[in-house]
Amino acid sequence: MAILEILKYPDPRLKTISEPVTAFDETLQTFIADLDETMNASPGGVGIAAPQVGQFQRIVIVDVSSKKKIKHHGYMVLINPEITEWDGFEIAREGCMSVPDYTGNVIRATQIHLVAQNAEGETIEYDMEGYEARAVQHELDHLDGLLFIDRLVSRRRDLFQRKVYKKKDKK
Amino acid sequence: MSQWFMLTLVGKDQAGIVAQVTTALYEQGCNLGEASMLRIGGNFTMMLMIAFDGQSDALAERLQPLAEKLQLQLHFDPIEGELHHHQQSDVLLMVHGADRAGIVAQVTSKLADAGLNIVDLASDVGGNEDNPFYIMQIEGVATQGIERLEQALQELLQQQPDLKVTMKPIDTMVM
Ligand SMILES: [Zn+2]
Repeated sequence: MAILEILKYPDPRLKTISEPVTAFDETLQTFIADLDETMNASPGGVGIAAPQVGQFQRIVIVDVSSKKKIKHHGYMVLINPEITEWDGFEIAREGCMSVPDYTGNVIRATQIHLVAQNAEGETIEYDMEGYEARAVQHELDHLDGLLFIDRLVSRRRDLFQRKVYKKKDKK
Repeated sequence: MSQWFMLTLVGKDQAGIVAQVTTALYEQGCNLGEASMLRIGGNFTMMLMIAFDGQSDALAERLQPLAEKLQLQLHFDPIEGELHHHQQSDVLLMVHGADRAGIVAQVTSKLADAGLNIVDLASDVGGNEDNPFYIMQIEGVATQGIERLEQALQELLQQQPDLKVTMKPIDTMVM
């Protein structure tokens, strides 16, 4: 087990688009354990993506169970994750281990449907909302080389907006 | 090591102020830190942290012609500058009501007593001349907890029932 070094903006490697995972082997399990340890070493961290430690593979860990009074699915290793449905949007403040000493307001979907694989390669699906859905969207952005500072909205005025729900777009 | 200065410029708003001022600073070898630039009541206001390793008097002197040309009042003071130590706000307040004297003083005094450190305050007068309203958004750190601020707001609203105050925690998630 090891705590890995976190890439910090403006490191250009954070813009890398990560590759899908194809081998669910021992190396992957070791990496997941290290990634988990790295996430837990950061106070208040609720998620981490593999490219944040310079491993450009589509792997994220999300665990928002430390937050009280919210719906969540506990500790999740999400491999090759895809969001297949979005609904609603909300503005809230985000920070990132790869963007020290800066926080900002970001719009995210309030409800998502997620399809991914677990550490063993089995397909898993979740319906998520709120805080957990936000964390997943933030982490998935890392896999596509995006940071929350690429999605900032006005720092002032916006946090008081009511939740707005819009009709689901049929694909 | 460069010394930090705070440059304050205030004047009638006109096109191109920011570009001209920052170009002049750049040409004088200054490096900008954090800055706030805002149009307030038809004036343009700029507050800029500037790192500069020459003589401050010389810099102020060289900026003076531009300030005069743009009709900007200029203040230039050495400060103890600090980057990379942002205070993380954990609470957001929105206050509004029919405009009258004393709103800001009453609200912020109550909140200060209850442990609020203000990080950012923006206020505005809306409505029209006959019916102006005052609206203020405050972001800060609840050093004695949010419950303490809630209590203070209850008291405030009893004393100042004309105000509407909403408070919301800022729950910053780090990922
Ligand atoms: Zn992040």
